[in-house]
Amino acid sequence: MTTTPKTITEGEHPILDYIRRDRLPHIFCSACGIGTVLNAFANALRSLNYDIDRLVVISGIGCTGRASGYFAADGYHTTHGRAIAFASGVKVANPDLNPVVISGDGDLFAIGGNHFIHAARRNVDMLVLCINNFNYGMTGGQMGPTTPDSAITVTSPDGNIEHPFNLVSVAAASGAVFVARWTALHARRLTKSIEKALQKKGFKFIEVISPCPTLYDRYNRHGSGLDVMKKYRELSVIRNFTDPMKAEIDYRTRIVCGEFVDTEKPEFTDLLAKQAETLQQR
Amino acid sequence: MQKAVLTGEIFTQGDIAAAEGALAAGCRFFAGYPITPATEIAERMAYRLPRIGGRYIQMEDEIASCTAVVGASYSGVKSMTATSGPGVSLMNETIGLAVMTETPMVLVNVMRGGPSTGQPTEASQSDIMQAKWGSHGDYEIIALIPSSVQEMFDLTIKAFNLSEQFRVPTFVLADEIIGHMRERLVIPPEDEIKIVNRKKPTVPPEEYLPFKADADLVPPMATFGEGYHFYATGLTHDERGYPVMDDAAQLALVPRLCDKIRKNVDKITEAELTETEDAEVLVVAYGGEARTAMRAVKDARAKGMKIGLFRPITVWPFPKEQLKIAASNAQHVLVAELNYGQLVGEVERVIRHEIPVHLIPRVCGSPHSPDELMKEIRRRID
Amino acid sequence: MLTRQERSPIVPEEETTTKYEIVVNEDWCKGCGFCYTFCPREVLEKSTTFNSKGYYPPEATNIDRCVGCGLCEAICPDFAIHVEEKKTKTTTKRGRK
Repeated sequence: MTTTPKTITEGEHPILDYIRRDRLPHIFCSACGIGTVLNAFANALRSLNYDIDRLVVISGIGCTGRASGYFAADGYHTTHGRAIAFASGVKVANPDLNPVVISGDGDLFAIGGNHFIHAARRNVDMLVLCINNFNYGMTGGQMGPTTPDSAITVTSPDGNIEHPFNLVSVAAASGAVFVARWTALHARRLTKSIEKALQKKGFKFIEVISPCPTLYDRYNRHGSGLDVMKKYRELSVIRNFTDPMKAEIDYRTRIVCGEFVDTEKPEFTDLLAKQAETLQQR
Repeated sequence: MQKAVLTGEIFTQGDIAAAEGALAAGCRFFAGYPITPATEIAERMAYRLPRIGGRYIQMEDEIASCTAVVGASYSGVKSMTATSGPGVSLMNETIGLAVMTETPMVLVNVMRGGPSTGQPTEASQSDIMQAKWGSHGDYEIIALIPSSVQEMFDLTIKAFNLSEQFRVPTFVLADEIIGHMRERLVIPPEDEIKIVNRKKPTVPPEEYLPFKADADLVPPMATFGEGYHFYATGLTHDERGYPVMDDAAQLALVPRLCDKIRKNVDKITEAELTETEDAEVLVVAYGGEARTAMRAVKDARAKGMKIGLFRPITVWPFPKEQLKIAASNAQHVLVAELNYGQLVGEVERVIRHEIPVHLIPRVCGSPHSPDELMKEIRRRID
Repeated sequence: MLTRQERSPIVPEEETTTKYEIVVNEDWCKGCGFCYTFCPREVLEKSTTFNSKGYYPPEATNIDRCVGCGLCEAICPDFAIHVEEKKTKTTTKRGRK
């Protein structure tokens, strides 16, 4: 039996101007955090009155890989791990465009890890939003480069023995000019960080810790997605400008969130343009 | 500012000619990774592009290079990469993506000996099948094989034009001989160079379907930043570009991606037929080896032998109608190639055992001499 | 201290009172429970009826407590809930006697 809840009215959700309505509801599981990040990103676009015509949303493969298909802007869904390489091509070929990469931890840091560190090193202007759910969701919950110590996944059935990446530390060490971490619970702080990053030039990185209630959090007996979000509330501490190396993620003790890096560095396409201008005047 | 088209005569290398051909065709973006024997193309592009308003980027590997080229092409800029076989092995992932998202782009493969690292500084033609079948799934690409420095220039322009017309990644398959050879290059005046640009949408953004093809099976292409707000994916997709995982979507998409090439073979293929009209012996050779074959054929003709040369310029799609014409009086067809037998299979498919098809392979890093080639021909037909 | 000239006269003024309404798109809701769990004012509750997919959407059972903070709207992964501001104007007497 279904009934219409009493609270329904005719109003439109304010972010829908930024979303491909004909693709909703989206494919993400109940209580998955990816939707919350898409919501935060759309909210940031709305509050900045962002020029959608110049935005290109790019993603790789996996659950988060589907993100690029939900925005009412130009979007491209690359092969696995290649979103950042694609974004570099977009930005260098047409510096008026603003590429935003939204992808997962496995896509960006395992198969795409090399592209990540080199785009950050070059400081190519793009925002990279990494939704970290500690496993490969789309393929059924395998371990990946962020899977914590001793966590159970279908390819680490006896407990993960690999040392995981600390993504904010990798980003900072590679040269990103803006580095932040939030959880899906911090929707509004995340929105503010996205707003800040979108207004900044250079390689910007935001990690968002997200529940994967269907796979990772189920295998590890973390309860429902809601339970995981409650746990984030309990564990997360905000330490802006802490050393990213010390910004730990430990589901037993604490998750350090905040904006860790916010610095200035000459941007790659600006440098290319400057050099080309000098050469052309000769 | 330097000129994009360096009209005039120069004495130069095949690799440089490919770079100049690309610039003359309108290429303004190059992403690459150093590799012998194709590096000179990247070096030339790194020097020339910033001086003519283009952009060069050296990426972290060939996968990134090829992917950046797809991104640049989707941003509205004619784009290219250049590499050798090992690089193409990495790029094949993205070549599939470029096929699936119908991306105009050019790849120059200056072929060296394989497998694996093989013979980096030696000549080979062993990537003929890799160019056609390197990525997974059913697809068609276009590949052109130059036999001179001049053709490195001309065919690179043609590769851009075909890739723009058919929205398909297009190869210039050079061998190391042509890539590193130096000879005269004539660059025509800019206004004499034929340039083809991709079709643009003629409908407003709200009516635009990015993968709805016209009668020629090629969809008009919007680019990022034009306000069309379109989505493209490597997944099987419908005309809107949205992922669809049903039988009908795959059936509507994949045959069209192949047919836009297969049904336009007559507009794409090119071959050179030399003394084939009465030829009882037909030699098939291409690239650097075709130069040897040409000498051997001319020498044998002078001695009264009824011999001709068929040189495919387009190797994919294979110019089968032209080969049938060339072989119409032949009693023997001999395929001389710098590999252990690749294009010979395609020749056999066209000739269909009606006349004997012989392979003259060469796997040692250098071409035959004309005399050696003639001996090989004699040994097979006498 | 205000000077004589700066003192405000006793005149009727319009006053705007803001009320909030919660809009739920039942079809898109996947019943994650984020909105009613994290609402700082306990405005929302899990509905007693389920939607066409079998999920229980939220219900604004204490709408008078809503201060329009928008957390439910921001945290919803399915774009299925948002807050609308309803402003009403009333004329009241204000000022100093």
